[in-house]
Amino acid sequence: MEFSYDIAGGDFSRAGAASSEVKKILKQLNVELAVIKRVVVALYEAEVNVVAHAADGVMQVTLDSASIEVVIRDRGPGIPDIALAMQEGYSTASPRVREMGFGAGMGLPNIKRNCDSLDIESTVGVGTTVRMVTFFNR
Amino acid sequence: MTLREIIKHLDAEVLLDNNQLDRDIKYAFAADLMSDVLSIDASEIILITGLANPQVIRTAEMSDISSILFVRGKRVTPEMTRLAEESGIALLRCRHSMFKSCGELYVAGLRPVF
Ligand SMILES: Nc1ncnc2c1ncn2[C@@H]1O[C@H](COP(=O)(O)OP(=O)(O)O)[C@@H](O)[C@H]1O
Ligand SMILES: [Mg+2]
Repeated sequence: MEFSYDIAGGDFSRAGAASSEVKKILKQLNVELAVIKRVVVALYEAEVNVVAHAADGVMQVTLDSASIEVVIRDRGPGIPDIALAMQEGYSTASPRVREMGFGAGMGLPNIKRNCDSLDIESTVGVGTTVRMVTFFNR
Repeated sequence: MTLREIIKHLDAEVLLDNNQLDRDIKYAFAADLMSDVLSIDASEIILITGLANPQVIRTAEMSDISSILFVRGKRVTPEMTRLAEESGIALLRCRHSMFKSCGELYVAGLRPVF
């Protein structure tokens, strides 16, 4: 199964809408609740990153009986130093993002903790692609 | 303790009950930073926060948190209530500060997540 959702940069009122749709699908498929939580926490932090840091993006979900793969591709400033961005506490978030309860540099560490594999590719001035895979039975 | 007891201890108002008032709550987590909430692994908790925006509701939704207490009489918008309704989350509000709210509930027996 494949699904795709648009993510609008800067629109904090809609942030989380895509992750919420994925949560509904995983519930319908009777995936274990603890696994659903891990998946959607990672997705939501990644979705918030597009809203907070990029112009716009797309969330592409591929599901089978054993795993979920989600690729979030955005157009935006990109990440110049991914290793640095992965460090807990590193953040370039604006005051507006902080007012929303994010911007403490915990998003990428939260994502890493909650998926089985994480790949980030980024080109400065072009955009960022985050690929997450989680297995249902482990 | 149930949400009803929490409401009594804090003289809180119910903004949205979502049939959660008799649900048993063992733990509480207090934060204004949503990434902190997203980093904890716990169930049967109430989220206590001084932040009021749609992302608080989304964070609870993703974390399987079924009740939120807003302190200091924060304004909760119709959009937030709508999101909470969809996700089955109860919304409470009290006038006390974060410190007092947490203190009262701790003394009453709610446990910390860690
Ligand atoms: N999609 C993205 N586009 C551009 N920069 C990003 C993106 N995601 C993350 N970053 C960069 O990595 C930093 C750390 O991200 P994260 O750990 O989620 O913390 P936060 O979003 O709270 O700043 C961000 O502050 C930003 O500089
Ligand atoms: Mg982030």
